[in-house]
Formats: sequence, structure tokens, C-alpha cells
Amino acid sequence: MNWKHYFTTSIGKKLVMGFTGLFLIVFLVVHCYLNSMIFVSREAFNAAADFMATCVAMRILEVGLFAGIFLHIIQGFMLVRKNASTRGERYAVSAGNKTSAWYSRSMGLLGTLIFLFLILHINHFWVPSRITGGLNPTEVHGVEMHDLYQKMIDIFQTPWVVAVYLLGVFSLAWHLIHGFYSAFQTMGLTMPKYKALIRIVGIIFSIVICLLFALMPVSMFMGWVS
Amino acid sequence: MEHYTMNLTLKIWKQKNCKERGRFETYQVKNISSEMSFLEMFDVLNEQLIAEGKEPIAFDHDCREGICGMCSMYINGRAHGPWHQTTTCQLHMREYKDGDTIVVEPWRAKAFPVLKDLVVDRTAFDRIIQAGGYISVNTGNAVDANAIPINKQDADESFAAAACIGCGACVAACPNASAMLYVSAKVSQLALLTQGHPERKSRALNMVAQMDKEGFGSCTNIGACEAECPKGISLENIARLNREYIGAVFSGSEEKG
Ligand code: SF4
Ligand code: FES
Repeated sequence: MNWKHYFTTSIGKKLVMGFTGLFLIVFLVVHCYLNSMIFVSREAFNAAADFMATCVAMRILEVGLFAGIFLHIIQGFMLVRKNASTRGERYAVSAGNKTSAWYSRSMGLLGTLIFLFLILHINHFWVPSRITGGLNPTEVHGVEMHDLYQKMIDIFQTPWVVAVYLLGVFSLAWHLIHGFYSAFQTMGLTMPKYKALIRIVGIIFSIVICLLFALMPVSMFMGWVS
Repeated sequence: MEHYTMNLTLKIWKQKNCKERGRFETYQVKNISSEMSFLEMFDVLNEQLIAEGKEPIAFDHDCREGICGMCSMYINGRAHGPWHQTTTCQLHMREYKDGDTIVVEPWRAKAFPVLKDLVVDRTAFDRIIQAGGYISVNTGNAVDANAIPINKQDADESFAAAACIGCGACVAACPNASAMLYVSAKVSQLALLTQGHPERKSRALNMVAQMDKEGFGSCTNIGACEAECPKGISLENIARLNREYIGAVFSGSEEKG
């Protein structure tokens, strides 16, 4: 077993999906926590965003994050492609939802929707704050920084943008409900003792985190936060 | 249960051999008893076809009591039909009513090429066993059964995994045509027992390598296999196979020749 096996054997590929998936889940927790500062105050959110943008450790982790997303997408794509080729002639009648859940069979589709959303999302916030600039300056406790909060308010005034974000988050929720459990199963950690717990924690986690994410564009659009 | 008879329309996959393309043919059968098994209904149909001078439908079967795993049929979208933990030979016609239409297809997976009609070639499973689904012991006198103590829970779990009859329903039902449930049962039954320990690492690596070589898909933990397995083989076995595999990989074991 050498290193290339991680990318070529069926279980090796899945391990890469599981490890990167769990890493992305940890990122989601941090992302969601920091963004929830918008419900606290403009200053709290801007300070949190500034910390992420200036702290060296965070910038290094950010490179890891992009690498993780990239690996997850490439491996996911390879998996879907391989698995689409193993059946041959299709069944005329299929079991549909009688033997499995639709979202567990649709990870590729859900992942693609999330990916499309990500392109828009990165373009909205990451690109201007890290590369092109052009954000209004603001001052928090005497430190000058980007007013990312204002950027959010501006972006979430457009109804279709809010709709696309909601669709992205909706896809993410279903992707996570299967992905969370699936990562543990692939790592062999779903012993009978923990299986039910992992399933339940996964479902609650997916719903809570995605509801919080969904609330952000909605609150800004409706003017619940200002 | 009340006995009744029924007339049915059957749409059955006909395919001459592994090279030619198959197609559905429609047949009518009359006066089928609700007490017949699904395969007995097929016997009636084949008798009828022979009497008409037509070619009977080829299908696999052997024990007709749910233990050999030969009777592969994909019935109205379900491996072995709609009954839970039941092989096709144990499915009975009381499931159906007069006038029903039943679509019967072979297992569909590239690794299980259709030989004729509903008969598929499952020797890929045999090659996976040859790759490591055994223990190497010296021949000679049989060893005393109680010479090696084995904990009851392990023995029970091993026994449950050993219930796999190699029918291939898991592959047929899996949207990825993955053989993970089968391979996990075969790895588990040995990995749980002391006798299986010396070769556990090379076994996991070799059997997974052979599984991939045969062209089965990659498991994405959908769970249709467990839902359709006639022997109730649990997904816990797949988690165990993953553990065995990870243990072998991270300890740097190599596949054998
Ligand atoms: S695991 Fe179940 S479905 Fe798969 S071959 Fe064994 S008995 Fe058949
Ligand atoms: S014929 Fe043996 S299991 Fe059905």
C-alpha cells in the first residue's frame, strides 16, 4: 500500500472524502460562529472578520481550506464518474426511495449546487476583501479595517442573490445530513454504541448550522439587523 | 390465508448472450395460485413456453429454500422482490393480485455480466474470495473445537456475517453497484475470530484490491444494500471492513503478489 492508493482504491478515495469533509465541517463551525457576530453588532462582526483576514495562522489555514475544498471536489467528481460507469444497462424499474434516501443518492448533484453557490459567494466577499479591495474603511476601537458588514448589507439587498444563497444553504443542509454520518462510517467509527448518536448529532448539526446561515441574508434583506 | 388464483402480465428481460443487447418480452400467465412461490410461477410460464414450442426463460435457482443465493431476480425495481430479508425463491405469489404486471430484470452491474436472460455471471465474487477470503491452516487431524476460546459476542457477530449467501443482491440494489456489503461480510466473519487474525491485514487489502479490479463501484454509504440483503447483513460490517482496511494501510502492510 503506497500513497497513491489513497487516491485510487475505492476505500482510499472515500477516506479522502471523509477527512476533507470533516475538515470542511470544522471550517463551517468557525465560519458560522464568526458570521453570527452580525447578530451582535456591526463592530463585533467587523473585528472578527478583520482577525480572520490579518492573523497569520488564519491565513495559513485558509490555504489549507482551499486545498481541502479542491481535494473534496476533485475526489468527489472522480467518485461520481466512476460510480456512474459501474451499472451498464439501466434498470427499467428502480426502487427509488423505498430502499434509500434521495439525498444520500444525490451527493454529487448537491455538491455541484454548493460549488456553483461557492463561486458566487467567494466572488461576493473573499475576492474584494483579500484581492481586489474596494471595501469601505471603518474604525473599530481605533483600528482601521474593512467594513465587511456594510458589504453584506449591500449585497443582500438583491432578491435573487438572497434566493441563490438560500438554495446554496438548502443544498448544504442535505449534503451535510448524509456527509456527516458518511464520513464517520467511512472511517469505521460507527460502532453500534455510537451509530445512533452520530446520526442524530449529524442531523441536528446540519439543520442548526444551515438555519443560522440562512438567517444571515434573510435578516439583512428584511432589515432585522442594521 | 385465503387461497386464490390470478392472471398476470410479465415483462421479462430476454437476452441471448453476454454480447447481444437484450430487450423486454411480454408474457401472460393464467391461473397462478397464491400459494406458489415466485419461481414456481416461472416454472408454469416455462412449461407453457415449451408447450408452445418457444424457448423457455433462463433463470438461476438451486436450493429454493433461501440458502444458496442463486435466484437473482430484480422484481419491479426490487432485488429479490418486495419482501424484507427474503430471496426470490421464498417470495410467494400471495404478494400479487389478479391483473398485476410484474417487471423482472437480471442483476445489472458491469461486474456481473448477463449470460442469458436473467442469469448473470457472479464469478467476480469467487475471485474476491480467492484473493483473501480464507484462512491458511495445515491439514491433518481436526483441531478440538474448543482449543481456542472465542468470546461469545465476537462469535455471534462472526456468525451473523457468515450468514451471507453471496447472492449479489447488495450489488444489484446499490446505485453504485458496489460490492462492499458482500466483501465486508466475508472479511468480518474471519476478522472477528482468532483464527482469522494472522492474515487480517493482507486479507483486507487483497480483497478490496480484487473488488476494485472486478469493476464494482465505490461505497458511498447509501445503505440500499442493507435494505435489500436477504440475510440481514448489517452496515456495521462495512464500518468494520473500513477499520480493517485503515489498520492495514496505516501499519504499512502490503498486498500480496
Ligand atoms: S451481503 Fe447480503 S445481499 Fe450481499 S451477497 Fe451477501 S447475502 Fe447477498
Ligand atoms: S434458489 Fe437458493 S436461495 Fe433462492
